Amino acid sequence: MSTRWPNTVFTVNGESRTVNVPPMKRLLDVLRDDLKLTGTKEGCGEGECGSCSIRMNGELVNSCLVPILQADGAEIQTVEGLEANGELHPLQKAFLACGGAQCGICTPGMLMAAVQLLAVNPHPSLAQIREGLAGNLCRCTGFIRIFESVVAAAAHEKSPPPLQALDAR
Amino acid sequence: MSTNDTNRIVGAPVPRKEGVNKLLGRAKYVDDMELPNMWHGATVRSSIPRGIIRSITFEPHIDWDDFTVVTAADIPGKNQIQLIVADQPCLADGRVNHNDEAVLLLAHPDKYILREAVNAVHIEYEQLPPVFTIEESERQETIVGGAENIFKSFLLEKGDVDSQWASAAHIVGGEYRTGAQEHLYIENNGVIAEWSAETGVTIWGSLQCPFYVHRSLLLVFNLPEEKVRVIQTETGGAFGGKEDYPSLLAAHAALLARKSGHPIKIVYDRMEDLAATTKRHPSRILHRTAVDKNGKLLAMDIDIATDGGAYSTLSSTVLSRATLHSPGPYVCPNVRVRSHAWATNNVPYGAFRGFGAPQAIFAVERHMDEIATAIGLDPIELRRRNFLHDGDTTATEQVMREPVILDHLLDRALSESDYYARCARFADENIGSAIKRGIGVAAFYHGSGFTGSGERYLNSLAGLDVTPDGKVRVLVSSTEFGQGTNTILTQIAAEAIGIPYDDVIMAPPDTGIVPNSGPTVASRTAMVIGRLIERAGLQLVTMLRDHAGLGELFTPRDFFVACERLRNADGKVESRCRYEPPPNIFWDDQTYRGEAYPAFAWSVHVAQVAVDTVTYSAEVEEFWTVQEVGRVLNPVLAGGQIEGGVAQGIGYALYEKVLLQNGHMANNQMTNYIMPTAEDVPQIHVSFEEIPFSYGGYGAKGIGELPHDGPAPAILNAIRNATGIGFHSIPLLPEDLFAKLASRRTVAEVAAV
Repeated sequence: MSTRWPNTVFTVNGESRTVNVPPMKRLLDVLRDDLKLTGTKEGCGEGECGSCSIRMNGELVNSCLVPILQADGAEIQTVEGLEANGELHPLQKAFLACGGAQCGICTPGMLMAAVQLLAVNPHPSLAQIREGLAGNLCRCTGFIRIFESVVAAAAHEKSPPPLQALDAR
Repeated sequence: MSTNDTNRIVGAPVPRKEGVNKLLGRAKYVDDMELPNMWHGATVRSSIPRGIIRSITFEPHIDWDDFTVVTAADIPGKNQIQLIVADQPCLADGRVNHNDEAVLLLAHPDKYILREAVNAVHIEYEQLPPVFTIEESERQETIVGGAENIFKSFLLEKGDVDSQWASAAHIVGGEYRTGAQEHLYIENNGVIAEWSAETGVTIWGSLQCPFYVHRSLLLVFNLPEEKVRVIQTETGGAFGGKEDYPSLLAAHAALLARKSGHPIKIVYDRMEDLAATTKRHPSRILHRTAVDKNGKLLAMDIDIATDGGAYSTLSSTVLSRATLHSPGPYVCPNVRVRSHAWATNNVPYGAFRGFGAPQAIFAVERHMDEIATAIGLDPIELRRRNFLHDGDTTATEQVMREPVILDHLLDRALSESDYYARCARFADENIGSAIKRGIGVAAFYHGSGFTGSGERYLNSLAGLDVTPDGKVRVLVSSTEFGQGTNTILTQIAAEAIGIPYDDVIMAPPDTGIVPNSGPTVASRTAMVIGRLIERAGLQLVTMLRDHAGLGELFTPRDFFVACERLRNADGKVESRCRYEPPPNIFWDDQTYRGEAYPAFAWSVHVAQVAVDTVTYSAEVEEFWTVQEVGRVLNPVLAGGQIEGGVAQGIGYALYEKVLLQNGHMANNQMTNYIMPTAEDVPQIHVSFEEIPFSYGGYGAKGIGELPHDGPAPAILNAIRNATGIGFHSIPLLPEDLFAKLASRRTVAEVAAV
């Protein structure tokens, strides 16, 4: 293999990975092209749509804006890392039950944003959910059922309370 | 009937069929696929709106031997994209008719090197005068397309409009304009093409209509039907934007594959997708309406003009739907609609959810509020006095034979939104406040399925078969792109046969496997294809009873055992059904008279807005939508369709502006083409009334496009209610609000202080 570039070593979904690619290559492309983790999607390539959202060292980042050199030593979680022991993550279950995914292209990024939100704030208000997901665009759902999915996952139940009950806007 | 017929599947919120794969990130979209030895393709595009190509030069610093280069000269068949009129070339040949038109194609193994190469191809032109607006095209001085710049015209006439003006108590006129709108599916257009001399062309792509692509490629490659195969990959949103464009893109990739000898992937980046692909037709609609002293409509004279862009694409059918929706859900004895789709040198406009109806309904529903104001009547009452009811006829003389419950939908919408109480409260609170709140209504129908004789021409075929490992497969070319095709069709099949939902799967959307059930457009899938699958399921059970000993009552196991008996006897287990129009349907394409649509979905929207008179921003604070769409097949999916459509409609009204410069989209980035985010979408209250339609799949009518029709007029009516100013154009951005509100504010607010 080529050693033209420094190795970049990082952890993806708990597994140590080493790549030898140009240091300015986008983390998104490394995940998709080099590691074949195609669950992370590209929507705009400029950090607007959030489809490429992943968690890096406990922060939500747009992987299209991260050069791989910044990921050296990082701990990364992608959508492929949500399922545990063949069991869907509570957010995945909630998205399925509540209709939080339609075409599915924003879904991996949306899930990662929701995971991040609940990691920081396990019982967010509707306003906090809106804010937490504001960097992730969905063109299909109008977001309403995504909010309900997050509420349901936070409550660990399939039937969410009506949104009106949370905090009227 | 089966033994589990009490366990209803239709109407239940079963989970999305392909949902788990999407949630795990395993669903394969086209950019997630790779083929061995695959190269990447890219497009060199025109940089002027209209002109003759004088030369194409390649910068010498690049070794072009490493690339495959395709021009129009490499097309083995016709250089045409076959849709309705074959006026669009696959690649510009000698001349260009719009900015960002495909001129030349490149392929290379490395997509990064390819990107540089695109910028190293230079095209010299002799420029010709371009036409950019409806008004310039109407002057017919510079002819740029169609017949004297006209792609299509319609004249719809009922009664005698001109007999009414002299005696009418009121005559109210208005001009309404709508802008282009980008679909902004989050997955850009993309395909992979493979070529071999033996098997011909194979396409994998993000697309809505596999057989549209199939038909286009036959012509471009001059191939027999069996040598073209089109497979839809998981599709990340479409909204009409992947109805016609993929035919062009697939042809491009296939041309490169044929010449290079490699499979070719072309996936647009966002800037290219926004600049080069279709959008919603901009429109200008004039209304002149005669009303009697009691607020009854006497005559509606409507003139519609749309900008079709540089090639006709679907402009004629979009115009047809605009024409047929332009009088709104009202009874009027005298109606005249004149409509034209005009050629310009803008990037061709195409299909977008609603397909002409959002433009037409924006105009008529804004106009109803202007009429109400002009004659001093409550806009709710004006609508109520003119609503269609059972037995009434529309502008095409279509008799409303199915129940029409507009009054009830309106009552429910008013009661759920507490409309009158809010009106009164805002009138009080707005005095002296910088925030002006208002509430507005829109009432409308959306015709389900193809217009007029369209479904008969499509003659759709769909069916079911049974796999040897014991699954029923739905055989359709109807595609899933988020709206729920997979789920509702498998629900219908399971219900019709009487087996569990999990025992039914979708056959791959592959023209080599499935029959042509028509395009996935026009809110037709649940109603038309759903009905075919329902019939195919019932027919399969009858076949098994008649020929394979299936009993009157059966378990799923009995069913599959009987299927194997039939397979042993006949070699296959398959049930196919072809479209049959509902009885007593007449449509005259020439006079535009008769049954324009087999069924209508009905809806009333109520929007509450807040207009900030300091920042001039308008925000939708709450939204109510009540609709009758026939039977609701899956309440979670149906609710999601409505909410998503409302959100897209809010964007259409208040956020989404396509800024054209020299016919090129100048804001072709998500940074500056703005759609509603999680923080912009209001609380949306969704209610359904269900009146099953006898000829739809388990009673379903169309649902997908309906919710996009109403938000814009409801929101602008609410802004009128809030500010006292009627705005007549969308998108309505803060600068547009400023232009009208600022001058008045200085007077009114100073007086209030």
